[in-house]
Amino acid sequence: MADPRIGIIEERLKGVSNVIAVSSGKGGVGKSLIASLLAVILARKGYKVGLFDLDFTSPSIHVILGVENVYPEEQYGIIPPQVHGLKYMSIVYYSGKHASPLRGVDISNALIELLAITRWNTLDFLIIDMPPGIGDAMLDIIRFVKRIEILIVTTPSQLAFETVRKLINLLSELKISIIGVIENMKMKESQLIQQQTEGRNITFWGEIHFDTMLEEAIGNVDKLLNIEFGKKLEKIVKDLKL
Amino acid sequence: MHEWALAEAVISTASQIAEKEGIKEVTEVKIKIGELQQIELDILEFALSQLKTSKFKNAKFNIETTGAELKCRICENKWMFNKEKLDKDTAEAIHFIPEIAHTHIKCPKCGSPDFEILKGRGIWLESIRGEK
Repeated sequence: MADPRIGIIEERLKGVSNVIAVSSGKGGVGKSLIASLLAVILARKGYKVGLFDLDFTSPSIHVILGVENVYPEEQYGIIPPQVHGLKYMSIVYYSGKHASPLRGVDISNALIELLAITRWNTLDFLIIDMPPGIGDAMLDIIRFVKRIEILIVTTPSQLAFETVRKLINLLSELKISIIGVIENMKMKESQLIQQQTEGRNITFWGEIHFDTMLEEAIGNVDKLLNIEFGKKLEKIVKDLKL
Repeated sequence: MHEWALAEAVISTASQIAEKEGIKEVTEVKIKIGELQQIELDILEFALSQLKTSKFKNAKFNIETTGAELKCRICENKWMFNKEKLDKDTAEAIHFIPEIAHTHIKCPKCGSPDFEILKGRGIWLESIRGEK
């Protein structure tokens, strides 16, 4: 007759003011890094922030933020642990170092389960790190979180932007709010992505140059915030007056 | 205690259905739970009794448990989930997210993690009855 978990999802997100899904048409464009650091930057500005890794088959936020030995608390559902001043939820607490080979129906079920049992309580921002593409996770988030806003990450590559263009078209058709576009890993000057974004009446949040220091900063939040990548993202947040 | 979140979901969804169907007082709620999620029946029943709203004051919660049947997509072998074969941490992980079964359980015949959960995954609201 009915899946009872679906009916409680809105209630679970009732206390969350803004839900932002960080998405892209392609993988490897820096979604998880941007989602993670955006969440940390907002938390350091004094906001109450939640960070939810929805990339179930390839979760990586725990590596980016250097999260170890913390687990959700079980209390009338599950309460995500506090990490770097924010509440962080991931399937990795349960899958550990093992692979999670999930098909679409399993991804949907796991997503519904976590949305139904995770107690975020009061948050100013819930940042969701999406898996790449327009698959089950994206369709489910659109289905279950009606007020979702999408932050799109792309690189200057026409391969990435070609898929982003399709994502923008779909979201526009579905009347889903696109909060902005970030151009990541920029290597030479070009206004193309900015023009294409603004030409579609979408806010261009800014560009972040390819940062050779990024790899060795992974796992250390203070280092990540102190390299050009982190500083630029912090400036973008500041300029947007989030 | 995860059962409380599920009980809350049952009450919330049953209320929405009752509202939609014009049921003023619910007399019976049929719930199915699958063994894969290892929901503790006593806790679920207690949570339902504590969380029920006035619309459910005389409602009977009938809970039926079904075994979890798995089918390998590679060799088509079918087998029943058995909690006793799992260590405590794995059983607990599957309790929270039944799909974690794909991380820890393999087909006993061919070793593949690519299996289908044919029945007995989690919680399901089967029907509600009441007076309009």
